[in-house]
Amino acid sequence: MLGEAEPQWISEEVKTGTTIIAIEFNGGVVLGSDSRVSAGDSVVNRVMNKLSPLHDKIYCALSGSAADAQTIAEMVNYQLDVHSLEIDEDPQVRSAATLVKNISYKYKEELSAHLIVAGWDRRDGGQVFATLGGLLTRQPFAIGGSGSSYVYGFVDAEYRRGMTKEECQKFVVNTLALAMNRDGSSGGVAYIVTIDEHSTDEKVILGNDLPTFFDQ
Amino acid sequence: MAAASMMPIFSQNVSSNSDLVPEWSRQEVSTGTTIMAVEYDGGVVVGADSRTTTGAYIANRVTDKLTRIHDRIYCCRSGSAADTQAIAEVVSYQLGFHSIELDEPPLVETAAHLFRASCYRYREELMAGILVAGWDRRKGGQVYCVPIGGMLVRQPVSVGGSGSSYIYGFMDSNYKPGLSKDQCLDLTTKALTLAMERDGSSGGVVRLATISEDGVERRVILGDQLPKFSTH
Repeated sequence: MLGEAEPQWISEEVKTGTTIIAIEFNGGVVLGSDSRVSAGDSVVNRVMNKLSPLHDKIYCALSGSAADAQTIAEMVNYQLDVHSLEIDEDPQVRSAATLVKNISYKYKEELSAHLIVAGWDRRDGGQVFATLGGLLTRQPFAIGGSGSSYVYGFVDAEYRRGMTKEECQKFVVNTLALAMNRDGSSGGVAYIVTIDEHSTDEKVILGNDLPTFFDQ
Repeated sequence: MAAASMMPIFSQNVSSNSDLVPEWSRQEVSTGTTIMAVEYDGGVVVGADSRTTTGAYIANRVTDKLTRIHDRIYCCRSGSAADTQAIAEVVSYQLGFHSIELDEPPLVETAAHLFRASCYRYREELMAGILVAGWDRRKGGQVYCVPIGGMLVRQPVSVGGSGSSYIYGFMDSNYKPGLSKDQCLDLTTKALTLAMERDGSSGGVVRLATISEDGVERRVILGDQLPKFSTH
């Protein structure tokens, strides 16, 4: 019996296609993400903030399956709250990253999400951790998501040790803009979060305020 | 082998016959690759890495993927080594014949169209991504991109091959119209080096060629002379 086929996006998994990046500077970190959520060919959310707080000064960047990534972030948010009550002080970034890694590794066959954890703590300052596939590694910067493939060359060439906070913010915005231009699953606006000892600052950069390049 | 009597609309396999033999022996020889071509005022710069792989084995670590089609027309090959070599030979022959009939050096656009004709007609059987670049008197330096599927488009700068994904961002941010020949060479060398560092199917040495009215100038940049990028 021939019926009308339902639109493709209803049966497609919702993915945060994505480009995410986090970079550490002396005294804090900068995180960045695009805002596109796709289900097959449709963009189901064009303004999603993929930078999710795990604690006051610890954020994570979500990529991969939207449901998996959000669930992991919520679980770790809860576990970190309990942990920080138990130790009666602000949690370390490494603790948050370890909690994320534990979930990602234990359920690695069922999950398809990658979270980058970044933040500031009193002990080690700004730190960035990658948890791809259930590993845990601290890096000066990390990129992830489908759009990251297109900017590996750019970040390898442009990264320098010892960049200031403003230079890091510019680096993040440029990287996101380049990736959003090339990756069909990344786009929309850019969300930037800057965390240091004194503040956690969230910013949005709208489409027409993003840097442009020679072919635009 | 049991025959299936009723096939579902889609099937999901847990394992397949191919688990019995190592994967690399079933792999086609591929020029994994990163290739790049840039136009400048007066000519073009073309570049490629030098790795040919059969699965995980590097069959040739000093491959020359910059193939002469005519005196001032080269092509950069990516995809199946066999397919691209065969197409390049056919096009060289066709173009040589055409040039004799015309009694003039052939146009880059003509070479590009010949590549496209073959790549499009046999698109189901072929796996070839080709950059055609060269110099002719009518339009100067030109780069034409003929990716898998057989499209044809002229671009001022183009990258191709498996390693190209990693350098789109670098290329977009560093290329500007109006670069000089040396700036193009520098851009190409850096871009290929970055891609070779990230793509497992690209590596070896960087081969470059500059094509202009004066002819073709080829050079090789060996591993230890490649630019270094620090990420720690």
